[in-house]
Amino acid sequence: MIDPLSVFLLLVAAATPILFAALGELVVERAGVLNLGVEGMMIAGALSGFAAAHATGNPFVGFLAAAVGGAAISLLFALLTQVLLANQVASGLALTLFGLGLAALFGKPLEGIKAPSMTAGPLGISWIVWLGLAMVPLIWWFLNRSRAGLILRGVGENHDAAHALGYPVHLVRGAAIAFGGAMAGVGGAFISIATVLQWTEGMTAGAGWIALAIVVFSNWTAVGVLAGAWLFGGVTVLQLRLQAAGIKVPVQLLSMAPYLATIIVLVLISARQKFSRRAGGAAPGSLGQNFHALR
Amino acid sequence: MNRRDLVTSVAAMMAISLAAPAFAQDEPLKVGFIYVGPVGDGGWTYQHDLGRQAIEAEYGDRVETTFIESVPEGADAERALTQLALAGNTLIFATSFGFMDPVMNVAAKFPDVKFEHATGYKRADNVATYDARFYEGRAVMGTIAGRMTESNKIGYIGSFPIPEVIQGINSSFIHARKVNPEVEMKVVWAYSWFDPAKEADAASALLAEGVDVILQHTDSTAPLAKAQEAGAIGFGQASDMAAFKPSPRVSSIIDNWAPYYIERVGAMLDGSWTSKATWAGIAEGEVEIGEITDAVPAEVKQEALALKDQIASGEYHPFTGPLNKADGSAWLAEGQVATDEELSGMNFYVEGITAEIPQ
Repeated sequence: MIDPLSVFLLLVAAATPILFAALGELVVERAGVLNLGVEGMMIAGALSGFAAAHATGNPFVGFLAAAVGGAAISLLFALLTQVLLANQVASGLALTLFGLGLAALFGKPLEGIKAPSMTAGPLGISWIVWLGLAMVPLIWWFLNRSRAGLILRGVGENHDAAHALGYPVHLVRGAAIAFGGAMAGVGGAFISIATVLQWTEGMTAGAGWIALAIVVFSNWTAVGVLAGAWLFGGVTVLQLRLQAAGIKVPVQLLSMAPYLATIIVLVLISARQKFSRRAGGAAPGSLGQNFHALR
Repeated sequence: MNRRDLVTSVAAMMAISLAAPAFAQDEPLKVGFIYVGPVGDGGWTYQHDLGRQAIEAEYGDRVETTFIESVPEGADAERALTQLALAGNTLIFATSFGFMDPVMNVAAKFPDVKFEHATGYKRADNVATYDARFYEGRAVMGTIAGRMTESNKIGYIGSFPIPEVIQGINSSFIHARKVNPEVEMKVVWAYSWFDPAKEADAASALLAEGVDVILQHTDSTAPLAKAQEAGAIGFGQASDMAAFKPSPRVSSIIDNWAPYYIERVGAMLDGSWTSKATWAGIAEGEVEIGEITDAVPAEVKQEALALKDQIASGEYHPFTGPLNKADGSAWLAEGQVATDEELSGMNFYVEGITAEIPQ
């Protein structure tokens, strides 16, 4: 009754905003920075992307502007945590609140306007969805096979050692934060430009927090992020499809499923870590700690 | 702030030009609002905020309004309501169903503060309720939906399975089937009033089931955007959603709270406020039907408008028998009309809807 391919295509599209944001946050966290401002960066991207798409009539220019907007607001976080050495958790939360408020303020004149339509890519799926999928192997390759990725991971695992080896810890982290901001911005813009086609205040509706959870769920790996995003997106889409098809399943149970799955995975991860420290990904050693060069 | 200053100065100028400051300038009446969404949602909360602005425009410096937006339904609402009461607001509007118990709790602690709760059913000496007969508007939308569908499948995105939403589903379905006996209704619950991404997914799920007309009881424009992609049609909800004219948005239900808010603030000002339950509809202007666009054939438009006029004049009630419940049991006999009590507790689908209401 339900065609699995159509469910899969819906799932992939539904997972795209959180996939972008979570991939960005993955790189940030692998550099040892915990940026809780994902939601703020997403909404900034949603607004700047929408504004640019509306002004130019070209959605792709909009996505470019969203990346710039997300990166710009994330630099504020970089300034606070990397230059002024402020607490990362507090700065990240502030970034979320600031982003939501700022976007609401600047978004006022854009309310009620419709975004230009996008042309779909192959299989009737937006090009941005394809871009999101392409980012998964790219980021995997960057983190695990490239020299720059090795340096970034080194900075994240042990910033003192990286510093002693002569790597610019704050610069690497600043670049990672900006990249994370750009990715979150594109994810947010996918909601405003490709999904809703309008600007509304608070339209990311908590997607940034799910993205943060997915990074933990993924055990800090790119493939894990994809799996997490698809699980969240998939269960959401599937439960709506089952409802639309009139199949009688307890809706509440399905709504709970992604969160249950997260808890189970977290338990499994921590159990595995207990017996063998460092299996594959796991949390970067310097995650959430600021670096201050004493020598 | 600028707008408030402007309103104040305009009101001041009017007072001067009248050359008779008739009412003594004591403390202005402080009126507070809590909203479930952001004022910029372009739907439900936006319309309530228009009502708040109408109060300021009407009474000028005799009133002072404040609002707290995006208040989650639940414990946090109690905090927001208490904050407004402590700030000296003597009339407080709580504009979402889920604020019901918080309102009752806070009202018990502040007996001198008057509360107005939208779409609820619990009242006290200082708690009044008000609601709009959205189902009257749904009857008009249902008529258009029944005529416009080619696949004979219409979809409905519900927020929460509460009576207000179920009335809308039933009313839409009854009137769609009246003009098109082949119509089937598919219902999807989003479990949110405002979540654009999820509403879009819900719309996609319905479209994948072959639905070509979507009705929504959620507040964002996301379902309209999805409908447009798929060449389907939909309706504006709570506010006009005019950006999607002429298609996919072929008409809309607009909530107009301004007359009620002005009346109730007026009652506070002259001391005649009492707790009551108000349920106004098309006739009182609280439920408006947005422009029916040219995407709808002229005869369908006429039929819809005729139904609207019949409802407005009181000649026709959208829930008129014969009607059975979905389980086949009899509900209303020929010509019998549903009572307000039955409607405000409605927890069943009418015959013909095959889905089940989640419990």
